[in-house]
Amino acid sequence: MTVDRVSARLRQLWLCYRLQLKILLISPFEGFLGIVFPLMFATATLMVYRVNGDQAAMAYAGLGAAVMGVWTSVTVSASTLLNRERWAGTLELLVAAPTPFSMVLIPITTAMATVGLVSVVVTLVWNRLVFGVRLEVESWPLFALGVLAATVTIAMFGFLLSVVAVRYRTAWALGASLEYPGWLLCGFVVPIALLPVVLHPISYALAPTWAVEAMRSAASGESPWGELGICLALGSAYAVLAAYLGVRLIDSARRNATLALT
Amino acid sequence: MPSGPLAVRFLVVTAVVARDLRRSFRTTQGRLKRTRQDVEAVRGVSFTIEPGETFGLLGPNGAGKTTTIKMLITLLLPTSGSASVLGHDVVTDVREVRRRIGYVFGGDRGLYDRLSGLDNLRYFAELYGVDPREQRQRIGTLLELVGMTGREGERVEGYSRGMRQRLHIARGLLHDPEVVFLDEPSIGIDPVGARELRATIASLKDQGKTVLLTTHYMFEADELCDRIAVIRAGEIVAEGTPDQLKRGVPSGRVLEVETYGVPEAVVAGMSELSAVRSVGVEDRGQLQVLVLQCDADSEVTQQVLARLGDVRVGRVAAREPTLEDAYVQLVTG
Repeated sequence: MTVDRVSARLRQLWLCYRLQLKILLISPFEGFLGIVFPLMFATATLMVYRVNGDQAAMAYAGLGAAVMGVWTSVTVSASTLLNRERWAGTLELLVAAPTPFSMVLIPITTAMATVGLVSVVVTLVWNRLVFGVRLEVESWPLFALGVLAATVTIAMFGFLLSVVAVRYRTAWALGASLEYPGWLLCGFVVPIALLPVVLHPISYALAPTWAVEAMRSAASGESPWGELGICLALGSAYAVLAAYLGVRLIDSARRNATLALT
Repeated sequence: MPSGPLAVRFLVVTAVVARDLRRSFRTTQGRLKRTRQDVEAVRGVSFTIEPGETFGLLGPNGAGKTTTIKMLITLLLPTSGSASVLGHDVVTDVREVRRRIGYVFGGDRGLYDRLSGLDNLRYFAELYGVDPREQRQRIGTLLELVGMTGREGERVEGYSRGMRQRLHIARGLLHDPEVVFLDEPSIGIDPVGARELRATIASLKDQGKTVLLTTHYMFEADELCDRIAVIRAGEIVAEGTPDQLKRGVPSGRVLEVETYGVPEAVVAGMSELSAVRSVGVEDRGQLQVLVLQCDADSEVTQQVLARLGDVRVGRVAAREPTLEDAYVQLVTG
């Protein structure tokens, strides 16, 4: 690939990301919900944990509750947004474009994850102001890297989901059904060790599990590099799998006529 | 017969080739006991479109027009048969086909309402690979072409249907495609908007674009198309120039008689006249217009008026068959 083609591709990704973010942020109502819902979830979680008065448990749950917003924002939105494209009649135009479909989807899911990232910061501030949960972080750069890793890998997971949504008209239900199980499986609010052993492999196959662990390690002063490495490897695997499935599922959608409503 | 290389050359220069295209859809019915049924939407459609030609595909709703177009633009895989655009197979050479075609459909959908017209064009320009150095100029030229200069900064949600349709056209032409597919582009547009749209489509022909147009408006097809294929129940039932199709109407002349309160029995009696091939009635408010398809060179006016007897009669006019007459005969025949 020549330098021109690389820069053209980067430009396409950047411009499409900016415009998709604009679509998401332009509605004050949706923007409001994107922030308020994670706050509600965090509030409910911290109210449960406050009963015992255990500050360490509050700090654990506060951090996980912040990442819950990204998870919700991406898993639920990734499948519903693609269905919205189908309803708007733009999905066919996106598929009919000469740009590889994976390069169309990545800016969309990354824009969703960005909205989630904003909710992380807002939730952390909310936890501090309303519940007095102090975020004590030993290494801020590594902690920020953990937050970014969580955002990027959740975006890649959303990418994988959105590919499925292109093929199946009812796949929006898949994203919605993953919201609450994801909170538990990724150990956002409950340590994975408390889950049945049979679920552990699923938890460890989810990149956000490792991202949150990396954030907690960075906060407590331990090295997060191991968790970050696994997290990014899993996120890359999602991306490769989504790109692979994307081509096949689009062909399947062309065969089964599921790109449009009619 | 052309030799091999000549045949290959023919394929390369032909803009669109459809050979025995077929497409079935599977539908299911029932909840507990589900029954599946295969519906054949397109049943062996074949045609060719030469470069620079405007080709019309006419047919009633559900005839298979959109399904045919979607196979040609790579959004649907044919069940059988083959098709190519500028020599590139629509099944195996998808990327090359997509680079060379533009697709515009009618109606309100297909745009991002929350973005401005300009942002919509910028978004699709990136996806359709328009050179960044040329984008600004290209978008400006297209906005000028579709008459939207000055309105591009407004959000699409505030646009009228006519403006949306013109923006669609601009979007479809962003990457300067050689072949443009227009699927009922004028649907739901007011007469002034539709006239402007026809002028835009006509200008595509002037630019040397190959156009495949589907429409329900016969005058539009008559004005714009070099050749027309009429599709009925998934099969092409006629193909030719608009004049050839008009000449194909079995009756050579059409007599229109405005009446007020004509009884059904009198209408039925008209078909007994030897020179009359068919009789139709169009209700226009208080008026009923008898449309009689007659033999060429026949003179039935006096006989028709005699049969009407005491029925009040308005204007009586004879005319040549229109494309609509040909179309109605073809799709109802």
